[in-house]
Amino acid sequence: MTDHETSADHAANGADTTPMVLAEAVSKSFGSNEVLKDISLEVRRGEVLCLVGPSGSGKSTFLRCINHLERVSSGRLSVDGQLVGYRDGGDKIYEMHPKDAAKQRRDIGMVFQRFNLFPHMTALENVMEAPVQVKGVPRAQAKARAHELLARVGLADRSDYYPAHLSGGQQQRVAIARALAMDPKLMLFDEPTSALDPELVGEVLDVMKNLAASGMTMIVVTHEMGFAREVADTLVFMDGGVVVETGDPREVLANPQRERTKAFLSKVL
Amino acid sequence: MTDNSSQAVGTTPPPGGSPVRPPAKVVKLRHPWRTVFAIVLLLIVALFVIDAAQRTAYDWPAVGKYLFDRRISEAAVFTLLLTVISMVIAIILGVVLAVMRQSENPVVKSVAWVYLWIFRGTPVYVQLVFWGLIAIIYQSIDLGIPFTDPWVSIPTTTALNAFWIAVIGLSLNEAAYMAEIVRAGLLSVDPGQNEAATALGMSWGKTMRRVVLPQAMRVIIPPTGNEVISMLKTTSLVSAVPFTLELYSRSRDISVEIFNPIPLLIVASLWYLAVTSVLMVGQYFLEKRYARGVGVRPDRPTGTVPTAAVPAVDLDLEAEADPGSMRHGGDAR
Repeated sequence: MTDHETSADHAANGADTTPMVLAEAVSKSFGSNEVLKDISLEVRRGEVLCLVGPSGSGKSTFLRCINHLERVSSGRLSVDGQLVGYRDGGDKIYEMHPKDAAKQRRDIGMVFQRFNLFPHMTALENVMEAPVQVKGVPRAQAKARAHELLARVGLADRSDYYPAHLSGGQQQRVAIARALAMDPKLMLFDEPTSALDPELVGEVLDVMKNLAASGMTMIVVTHEMGFAREVADTLVFMDGGVVVETGDPREVLANPQRERTKAFLSKVL
Repeated sequence: MTDNSSQAVGTTPPPGGSPVRPPAKVVKLRHPWRTVFAIVLLLIVALFVIDAAQRTAYDWPAVGKYLFDRRISEAAVFTLLLTVISMVIAIILGVVLAVMRQSENPVVKSVAWVYLWIFRGTPVYVQLVFWGLIAIIYQSIDLGIPFTDPWVSIPTTTALNAFWIAVIGLSLNEAAYMAEIVRAGLLSVDPGQNEAATALGMSWGKTMRRVVLPQAMRVIIPPTGNEVISMLKTTSLVSAVPFTLELYSRSRDISVEIFNPIPLLIVASLWYLAVTSVLMVGQYFLEKRYARGVGVRPDRPTGTVPTAAVPAVDLDLEAEADPGSMRHGGDAR
């Protein structure tokens, strides 16, 4: 994780060994408040990485930097070998026009804590919206695919419902289907179950488990340690804007090495 | 007496308690004073109507004669045209100005602010008089490079007649108000909507058009309906331009002919009321259209299903090895 390949190496190694996400000394400040300090990490293709840590540790901000919803202050963040939202200029990186950044985001799906479904569209229309509007997929084709995706998240019979008429767990599953409709190569989950009633958490985690099993590369900011233990390949514990500890989730959860990690886990487990 | 709802009425008394009583009927609170007040009001209105019918100053025969006079109905059409055209321009311009005020670009933002400052800060009547004098200030409309001979030069009076000057005056003023209404609507939309659309790769324009504006409409429409009705009445000021073919100016003209202003005022008022009523019906349907998917409207069935009626997730991929361990994680929080 700490020894980075240079971008020249990526080209030589070919597409398959390029890490899906590569963060190189990423820092981010809001005014004088430094929320991310020199974050470096790598996510392989098909890897499921869970980001855990106390609130305010910078894990959500880091996730939002990956698809350029937030600007980084310094450092490089690339997805599939390409900087997101910036153009590489050697020792400097140059911010892209928003239109170009929008194109890059098509390949990165994101699921939000508060679902953020479009309330004026039915579940089906929510899932169809981006393929039709962004990729120009013909409506009939997008519709068939949306039905397929809704069936995949167990909501085949809810396609004509507006979000207001769905439970939180169902809304979040529609949101996952909506992100998958763009055929992303990477999925970002920002505390996907934190706004749900406890009894609805399981159905969303089930969908995410199946997605992980299908080989999707996923970065999940979560407080669900059970999910991390069972599904994640890597667990990253962040606090105060730095990565405190990284490793196999079963090992980290059972036997944390750092005092800070121990203290945090003793409270949540 | 706490838990006998499940028992049949009049059967076994609860052990050691008082005998079960039959369920009590609920008597609603009565409001006799409402009825009394309504009757008194009706009497007052009836008195007023009977009295008004007998007063010669109202000149009811003249009201009847001019209510469907050709000049009046034509004037009503002009009034409606002025209202609709000015509002359409004002709404489009208002959306543009509102979006400009939300822009990150400080130049664009300032332009919108100055526009609002000028057009909201001066009375519409003064603006209309100014527009009426435009042909005196700028005798011709020239196209070309400044300080050289223009390529095209049209006398202002040929390019713009009084009707279009009135439309310009009304719509530019109204746009400033519409901009604030639209801005309030844009601000009412959850920022998460913008984020979700952006994360899906939608451009800023698409996000606005497909996601933010349709949701803002719900907040924008009721005050806009108000503005339309207000505009309908403001058209009576365009005599300042002067444009005199609309309802109020026309009825004034006729009342000068018959030496009695009162019946024509009634005629004009009835027409204004009629048009307003039609517009209100239109607003009702627009509001219904943009209430899709939001909340519960008492006048509409919702089709909501209780959560419990929804079947549990059943994914046809391999059966979950140990769902218990995940639930455990959920409980641990």
